[in-house]
Amino acid sequence: MTTAREAILARLGSPGGDPAAEYAAIRRDYLEQHHPDADLVELLAERVADYRAVVHVVPEGELPRVLAKALREGEYVIPDGLPEEWVSQVGSDRRAAEDADLTTVSGVITDCAVAIAETGTLVLDHGPGQGRRALTLVPDHHLVVVPADRIAADVPGALARLDVTRPLTLVSGPSATSDIELSRVEGVHGPRTLEVFLT
Amino acid sequence: MTMPTYLGMPSFPKAARAAVADTRLRSNLAHATGTIRDRRAKAVDELADWPELRESAKQIKDHALAHLGHYLRQLEEKVTAAGGTVHWARDAAEANALVTRLVRETGEREVVKVKSMATQEIGLNEALEEAGITALETDLAELIVQLGHDRPSHILVPAIHKNRAEIREIFRREMPSAPADLTDDPAALAEAARRHLRAKFLTAKVAVSGANFAVAETGTVLVVESEGNGRMCLTLPETLITVMGIEKLVPTARDLEVFLQVLPRSSTAERMNPYTSAWTGVHAGDGPQNFHLILLDNGRTRVRDDEIGRQALRCIRCSACLNVCPVYARAGGHAYGSPYPGPIGAILSPQLRGIGSEVDASLPFASSLCGACYEVCPVAIDIPEVLVHLRAKAAKKPLERAAMGAAGWTLRSPARLKAAQRAASAGRRFARHVRFPRAWSDTRDLPTPPAQSFRAWWRSTHDDSA
Repeated sequence: MTTAREAILARLGSPGGDPAAEYAAIRRDYLEQHHPDADLVELLAERVADYRAVVHVVPEGELPRVLAKALREGEYVIPDGLPEEWVSQVGSDRRAAEDADLTTVSGVITDCAVAIAETGTLVLDHGPGQGRRALTLVPDHHLVVVPADRIAADVPGALARLDVTRPLTLVSGPSATSDIELSRVEGVHGPRTLEVFLT
Repeated sequence: MTMPTYLGMPSFPKAARAAVADTRLRSNLAHATGTIRDRRAKAVDELADWPELRESAKQIKDHALAHLGHYLRQLEEKVTAAGGTVHWARDAAEANALVTRLVRETGEREVVKVKSMATQEIGLNEALEEAGITALETDLAELIVQLGHDRPSHILVPAIHKNRAEIREIFRREMPSAPADLTDDPAALAEAARRHLRAKFLTAKVAVSGANFAVAETGTVLVVESEGNGRMCLTLPETLITVMGIEKLVPTARDLEVFLQVLPRSSTAERMNPYTSAWTGVHAGDGPQNFHLILLDNGRTRVRDDEIGRQALRCIRCSACLNVCPVYARAGGHAYGSPYPGPIGAILSPQLRGIGSEVDASLPFASSLCGACYEVCPVAIDIPEVLVHLRAKAAKKPLERAAMGAAGWTLRSPARLKAAQRAASAGRRFARHVRFPRAWSDTRDLPTPPAQSFRAWWRSTHDDSA
């Protein structure tokens, strides 16, 4: 008896030709970036704010104070590898362990791997300072620090910086839905408040 | 079994007649599609290189389809190497049996689901129910459809036919946790859904998803979503079962730079959708530790054999074609008798299922051929071309089939068209009196052919043209 695998592959046949050469011939006349002259911090700030996320543009020295002030009541998870100088004003009594019950913590403070200015997207690859995926999903308040060197101008440049075999989460604003009359409403299952600190 | 035709589904014209008479449905649809149409146009106009992105998207998909066997083998190898298990399913029955077996092996009786067209197509929820397994839809619109014992009517927003007041009634009736004073404010409705599903997400052991893209080169699978229900399902359970049509494949990770630009703008008219998840096999200590990928054919290899029809397999399920279609806006999604409504459904369903039923034979005619769908399609599927192609196949009466065949033959060659136009001009005095075949001619006005065709006029006034 032929297996489903054999049957499907047999139906697809082998068309011949050299896939690699044909792939290389695919036209890619699109732009590498749409705003080559833009100030990337400014563009990212504007685009993230469009999704109704909270955006702070802060000089590096101000970051610890602004970040600590943004916290609500309760405890926040600070994943392993997040630069301590960013959270130096977050007291130990405000910190929850990474393995804490995520339904009871108020939020999470993370780094990001890359940010995409054009689309206002933050990309987490869940490396140092970002934690496992559930950390930035279950708590209701997600604070992300974006140092300027993390910002890519547009989608192609951002993808080129990433290793896609890592788990990736692309975040563009707080969780939202367009399912009721195709109108956008923020705040469904993911964090309802996304707060971004550009530094 | 391929894709279930909804039981007793009448032909499109019969179903559409009832839908068009439903004024509330028409007003809900007009409101929703009108809103999204304008927003999509704005989101697309923002990118100066939209035509170039569209051309690349088309070429990448065509290339992947041409070498599908090659890339599927590559995907299988990479997913397996990354700790996932790959399964193959020839049709819906095989896919449903696979999912049922995999769920049973976990000992669980309940699964959470991410919205997925592939699992709609194979009727997975019904198959699981028969096996005593409850499938809980977690996308807001899918939840509305499931709680309302309804059918999806739109690819992106399955509950588009329901307005906020109707949704509130469904929640009050079917959702035990819904507050008694629930209003029809969309934010309040979303909040009710959040509370309803929260506990389920946190305790679910098995999730079932579809896939928007899979990268052959790396074995990476992607789900594009908005609400975070996708992330919940893809991250929190122990076992993840993903059902993916074999055409969802792209060769390399670089190709995502095209599709992540064209998909969100075409579907929800956003620069980027709120959440996109990508995973490659199993990631130690993060997310499901058992990952099964089911590669589904279910008619796709047959569609691929048709040189004109195969372009339907480029579809990335954005639903832009539904939102601009004058027929969809009036008839609604249910009249199409398939999980794939609208223009793309009219070419996809009859091809995937084969033109066997009344509804599938009528679908290629469910269009005015205005071409708006082709215009907005981010992967440049020439839907009118495929519709006309399928009309020739679906035409039931031999005379109709012959006429469609002859029209196609004439239109394919400039020389033959010229000859036909000359003949029409010569016979123009008789043209108006044609009364045959009757069913056609009695409902159509035949314009009198001009004395001189445009081609003939051009030649006579532009003698020097090469």
